[in-house]
Formats: sequence, structure tokens, C-alpha cells
Amino acid sequence: MSAAAVQTICTHCRLSVPSGLVRIGDANQFCCAGCETAYTLINSCGLENFYALLDRSGSQLDRPKATRRAYEEFDDPTFRSLYCRTVPDGLLSIELVLEGVHCVACIWLLEKLPGIAPGVVEARVDMRRAALRVTFDPARIALGRIARLLDSLGYPPHPARGLAARQARRIEDRRMMVRLAVAGACAGNIMLLFFALYAGMFEGMERGYEQMFRWVAMGLNTICLIWPGRIFLRGAWASLRTQTIHLDVPIALGLYLGGAWGIYKTITGSGDIYFDSISALIFFLLIGRTVQQSQQRSAADALELLFSASPTIARRVTPDGTVTDVPTEALAPGDIVEIRPGDSVPADGAIVWGESRIDLSILTGESKPSRVGPGDAVPAGSVNRASLLRIRVESTGESTRIGRLLRLVEEASQRRASIVRLADRWGAWLLWILLGLSAVTLAIWWHAGPAIAIDRAIALLIATCPCGLGLATPLAMTVALGRAARCGIFIKGGDALQSLSKPGPAGTVVLDKTGTLTLGRLSLVRWIGDETVRSLIRAIESQSAHPAAQALCRGLSPSTNSPLPATGVIQHSGAGIHGTVDSHSVIVGTRMLLTSLGVSIDDAMEAHATLAVHDGLSPVYIAVDGRCVAIAALGDPIRPDASIAIESLKARGWRINILSGDHPELVESVARSLGMAPSQCRGGVSPEGKLAIIRDLSSRGRVVMVGDGVNDAAALAAATVGIAVRGGAEASLAAADVSLSSEGLSPIVQLLDGARRTMRTIHWTIASSLAYNAVAATLSMCGLISPLLAAFIMPASSLTVVAICLRSGAFRFTSAIPARARSHDTTPSLGEMNTSSTNPLPERAIA
Amino acid sequence: MSVLYIMLPAALLIAGAALYAFIRAARSGQFDDVDTPAYRILTDDDAPSGDAP
Repeated sequence: MSAAAVQTICTHCRLSVPSGLVRIGDANQFCCAGCETAYTLINSCGLENFYALLDRSGSQLDRPKATRRAYEEFDDPTFRSLYCRTVPDGLLSIELVLEGVHCVACIWLLEKLPGIAPGVVEARVDMRRAALRVTFDPARIALGRIARLLDSLGYPPHPARGLAARQARRIEDRRMMVRLAVAGACAGNIMLLFFALYAGMFEGMERGYEQMFRWVAMGLNTICLIWPGRIFLRGAWASLRTQTIHLDVPIALGLYLGGAWGIYKTITGSGDIYFDSISALIFFLLIGRTVQQSQQRSAADALELLFSASPTIARRVTPDGTVTDVPTEALAPGDIVEIRPGDSVPADGAIVWGESRIDLSILTGESKPSRVGPGDAVPAGSVNRASLLRIRVESTGESTRIGRLLRLVEEASQRRASIVRLADRWGAWLLWILLGLSAVTLAIWWHAGPAIAIDRAIALLIATCPCGLGLATPLAMTVALGRAARCGIFIKGGDALQSLSKPGPAGTVVLDKTGTLTLGRLSLVRWIGDETVRSLIRAIESQSAHPAAQALCRGLSPSTNSPLPATGVIQHSGAGIHGTVDSHSVIVGTRMLLTSLGVSIDDAMEAHATLAVHDGLSPVYIAVDGRCVAIAALGDPIRPDASIAIESLKARGWRINILSGDHPELVESVARSLGMAPSQCRGGVSPEGKLAIIRDLSSRGRVVMVGDGVNDAAALAAATVGIAVRGGAEASLAAADVSLSSEGLSPIVQLLDGARRTMRTIHWTIASSLAYNAVAATLSMCGLISPLLAAFIMPASSLTVVAICLRSGAFRFTSAIPARARSHDTTPSLGEMNTSSTNPLPERAIA
Repeated sequence: MSVLYIMLPAALLIAGAALYAFIRAARSGQFDDVDTPAYRILTDDDAPSGDAP
């Protein structure tokens, strides 16, 4: 079949082009007018290089979504005073959070903005936050025009919110960087001084030099202790005050007792000093702390777009009927707000005037706008699609539905992984053990004199400082999360990995059906009957925008020639379509439509239709010239990797359940074809029902919920671990602990394996660092420890931890090539689908 | 060897200067975004390279 060869790809977005739009002999083909506009725009600005970069990055793009909003509020003086910052030379600077930034080509295109829009002085992208800082000359270009331009390029902009909070975060980050630098510089220089001192130990050294080195090292170490090291003292103090001893206490004890004793030794001019170990400890521990902090930050960054997407300016209607623009922050419950078509709703409220359709996709993922009228509630963040509305504000800002959701998610990401807390809990034990051991040391060596005894006890406290322990868990987690992200698995926190590592008793994986187990779109699965009428059907169905008609069109058109002309086409709402093509009368629709138009259906066709229904497909009857000649069975095909993935999940000890809002019979037929018992699946479940079932299951054991977002957000958040699969709504991505960017179910298996290996790595690192501590404790109790030995053991312990983390096998398996192969076989191209439908198979085509 | 009494403070001064430079860079925000420059370097050349697929 030559179908795949003929398939046409859109020059701009690389999706396939509907056959009706293919222009024969043209080098550039476009799937929609938007792509053509974008292509023309990009070319007219001299930026064709975008397409070369696109090919190089090899990534599959989501369909760019230009909203074509007017962005009038961006030109408002209130808006400008709220979000713009004045910079020298009369320029303004604003930070915008953009949708749709995902690769190198995006950065390249966005940073070329000054070339496209005269008046823009500079544009800088922050990739991790998908933020763009634009500096522009307000006299030469309006902000609204910049916003419209960004939107037309496919990056709808939103002003960055929460500037104060982020400023505070940024300052904290910079402070951490400075601490690291100071600690690193001190540790490095002290190490150099100690090289000389150690050499002097063996070769002999003039007393004057030795004293100088010791005093300089003491000075540097004191700087290190009172500047970057203060963070541990503060942590220890806080933990003592709240009486929850954690790891900071034994760390601070070793550091500061050792430091103070060292100063005494330096002043008296004799005895062992451990300044090199102490400063190196501070440096290593700070690295651990920084890594952990950045891991928590990345989760918060992911939320920023969602938060910024809620509108910034509201049109408040005053009692005398005039409309004024006010910042959304100024809205209060009871205010009447006007929402024009295309604007998003600024606050939760109820409609007092007007009828329209609103788009709830940011909250629920449901892309079809729903019809609303007076009295209906509209949530903040939804978009008015049709006509003017006035709403009475009920709650604003943080207390709106989307605001509450965001807060929940933020709290969840603040939660530290319980394994990190576990290491902290050991802090108390460790403290008592270390104090006990040093008391024992003190007692053993008391006979040799108090000075020596104290010396040994403090050496023990320094040498057994739980540095490796503090470093182990955050490092292992961060390495795992980073590697997972490179495989397209985005994990928000360490908790998720810990829960996913093993099923535990009664561990259950709950799978949503539509979009998770199935491809999530209606397709032609089977064609039974006359093959010759296919072009007639395509001609008539191309006139309709109904999802079933489009599925038929996609499935029926292996060739790229434009469809035959159809005349006298009449659509019967919810029943089908009829008309005349090539002087044949054609009817496509339900059984009812055909019989009402006087077509008789013979038994053979009826049998085929019944069989299709039994298999969970929807039969469409096709009549040409008054005779039923074919049945087209439409359905949502099961993902090709579903059954293998389910088998391997079962093999790992997880129980599998299917939950779906779809009709129970459909759900059962999917379960049957995946080899699952009907008792394991439940159909017709409402979002609240899903939530209740998940709550019930999680009271019995770990629950992993996998969903694509349509009404799944609550269930995803309630599960032990929520996994959002690709294409889900923003809300579900925010509520989920893990989101997958590649299609299909096999990433879930990878995720579970990776989690198990990560936990194994963590256990190994903890064991190895405890082993080092045990060795160091034994040595110092025997009086065998010396500064030189301690200086070897400490870095060795940290390096072992780092080495174990880096060579861990977690999330290792994916190189670029298998990843591409996988994404290819899970998303059958149009060509493959056509092939399957031209040769009607007795079994389900894809499964 | 008594040159050490001058060399050591001098070396520390140089290290201190480097540290001061780093701290100033950090405080002025040069390390705020450490991800994007890694991508930006890929696209810095304006001419499309010949070997691109």
C-alpha cells in the first residue's frame, strides 16, 4: 500500500495534512491556515532557520496554539504600572511567562524578537521557567503589539505573577551561591595549607612557618564557620527549640566543637587540628543542601505558567453602568464584571446576564466549550468563547477554584520526600550514639590526661560527622529526577519515587481508559462491505465537522486527491448525513436514519453491526442508492503497548484496575481485549465517584492513578502517586506527582523500574556512609585517628556516595534511538491506520 | 624561604579578589539562570550549518 508514501506533512507543524487541503505540486503544505500564517510570518521576518533547528532537535511538537486574542489590557496604564519595570534610557522591561516553549528552536526564535519588532531592545529566555524578559521602548512599540506578535508565533504570553515571592526566592538562591563560593574558597585554601603542614609532619618544618600556616588556616576556618557554616548552626538551634532533633544537630556539634577546640589548640600552639576536614565538610554539606533546594524549586517553576494564565485585568461594571478596567487584584466579591468573547474569566462567579459558551480546558482538559446561561457558575481561568457575559464575583485570587488547586499543589511540592525525613529522624539516634561514643572515648582516655581525652572525643565527633548521610538522599534523588526528565518522565518530588519503588501490600495501579489505555481519538477501526464506495463516503463526510465524520474521512483517504463534489448535502443532527455524489444518493448514519429514509438493511449487515457493538465499536451504516452496502465500525483503538505494559505491571506485583467515565460495556470490552477480568474495571464513574474509589483504595494500600486529565485532577491528587499522561489538562499536570511527555504506557513501566533502582541506590549510599562513620568512630576510639587520616576518610565517604549515585542504573536505559523508535510505534501514522482499514481484518485492527 | 611570609598573604589576597569577583557576579544575577545559556550556545551561529539534516 502506498498510503504512507503519499502522506503529506505540514511544513510548519509537521503534523499530517488533511487531504482536502493538500495542494498538488506545491513544496509547502499546511494543515491549517494558522500554520500557513505562521510560516509566512517566520519567513517574512527572515527566520527560516527555525525549521532547520526544528529538524535538528528531532522533537515532536504539539500543535501550536495561537489564541489570536487582542491583548488590549497589555496597553493599559494600570497593567504597565503593575508589571513593567522602568530601566535606564526611558525603556521598560517586563517578564512574560509563555505557553508552548519547549526546545532550542523556541529560544532562538524568541530571542530574535528585537529583529522582528522594531522597538524591542532585548529579549532573553529563561528556559526552565518558560519566561521571557522583554526590554522595549514604549515610545516605539506598544506592549500589546509585542504580546500579539508572540501570540501569533504560537507562544501566548502572560505577565509573570508573584514577583515578590520570586524575588525573595532569587535572593535566597544568590545567597546560597555566595555561601557555596565562600565555603569552597576557604576549604580549598585550607587544604593547600594543610598539604604543607602534612609534608612538614614527615619532612620536618621550621616552627615559624608551621605556626603561620596554623594561624592562617584558623582564620579561614573561622570565616567558613561563621559565614556559610552558620546555616547549620541555625538549623540545629531551630531543631533544638522545637525539640525535634534532626541531622543538623550532630553536624553542628562536630563542626563547632571541633572549630572551637582547634582555635584553642592554635592559640596554645600545639596539638592536632582538623580545620581541613571541618571546612571540607561544610562545603560538601552545602552542595547537598543546594541540590535539594533546586529540586524543590523546579516543581514550583512548573506551576508558574498555570498561575500566570489567569487574567490580569478585569472590566468592572460600576452601578451606573459604566465599565472600567481594574487589576484583578482589586476585585471584591459582589462586583459585577464584564467578560468579552475571547477573554478569560478573572474570578469565580455566577452569570447574571448573557449566554455564551465557555472553554474549561485549563481546568478539566475538556476541549469542547460548554454552553452556559444566567445563574451558571463559571470558574476563574476558563475562557469565554462566544458572546458578552456579565458575572457577579463570588471569590477572587487565592480563594478561587484554580487558586486553591495551585495552593494544594504548592504545598504538596514543599513536602519533603519521607525518605529524606527518614534520614533526618535518624539524626536524633545518631546524636545520642555519637554523644555516647564520645563519652566512652573520654572515659577510656581519661587516664592519659584530660587534654588527650578531650582531643580524642572531639576527633571522634568530627570524623563521624554524618556528611555522607546528609548528601546521600538528595543527591540520589536529584540524579534520578534529572535522568528521568531526560527520558520524558517529569517527577515532582522524591515521595513519588519512594512510593513507586514497590507495590507494598495491596498496591494498585488505576488506569483511566480514554487517552490512557486507548489513543483517545475516534478512528475507523474496521470496514465491512463494499470497498468501491469509499470515495463517495469521503466526499460526503468531508462536508461535516462532526468527530465521527472526521474520523471516517481520516480513515478513508489513502489518496491525497481532493474529494469528489457532493451536492444537496443535508446533515441530521446526531444521526448522520445524506446527499448526492457523482449522481449516487448516499446516506451515512445510524440505523434509525437509514430506515427513516426508506433503506432496508439485510441480515448480514445487521450481524456485522451487532458484532461491532459487541467489540465495543460504534457501527455507522452506509447506504448507496437506497441499499445498505457497508458498515464502518468506529472506535477508540487500544494503544499497541497497553497489553505488554499491563502484563509487566502485573509481573511487578501491582494490581490493575480500570476506571472510566465511559459506558460500562465499552470499558468491559477494552478490559476483555487486554485479558482482564470484568471485576477489575468499572465504567460510568463520575469524577466524584473516581475520587471516592481512589480514597477507598488508598485506605488499604498504595494507589497509583494514571489519567489524562479530563475530570481526573481530583483523583490524581488523592492517589498516593498521580501520573498524568501526555496531552492532559494543565490542572491534571499540576495535580499529578509525575507527568509523562511521551505517549503510551511503557513509560509507566520504566518509571516503576527507575523508582525501584533509585531506592536501592539510596539504601546503598546510606549504608556506605554509615560504614565509613563506623570505621572513623572505631579508629578515633582507639586513638588511631589523626588529622591526615580524617582528611582521607571524609572526602572518601562523600566521593563514594557521589560515585554510587552517578553509576546507579536508574532511568539509564533510554538513549535517543530507542526513545524515537518507541514514540514511533505507539503512535501509528495515518498511513498505517489507512492500511489497516483498507484490508478489513477479522480482529480489531490495532489490538 | 622567608619569602613565604610575603607570598602567603599575597596568595590569599589574590584568592580573596577572585572570591569577591564571584560574589559580585552572583549578587548581580549572573547565575540566576544556568540552564538557558547551554541551549543558547547551540543557536548562536546565524548561518545554518551545512551538515544539518
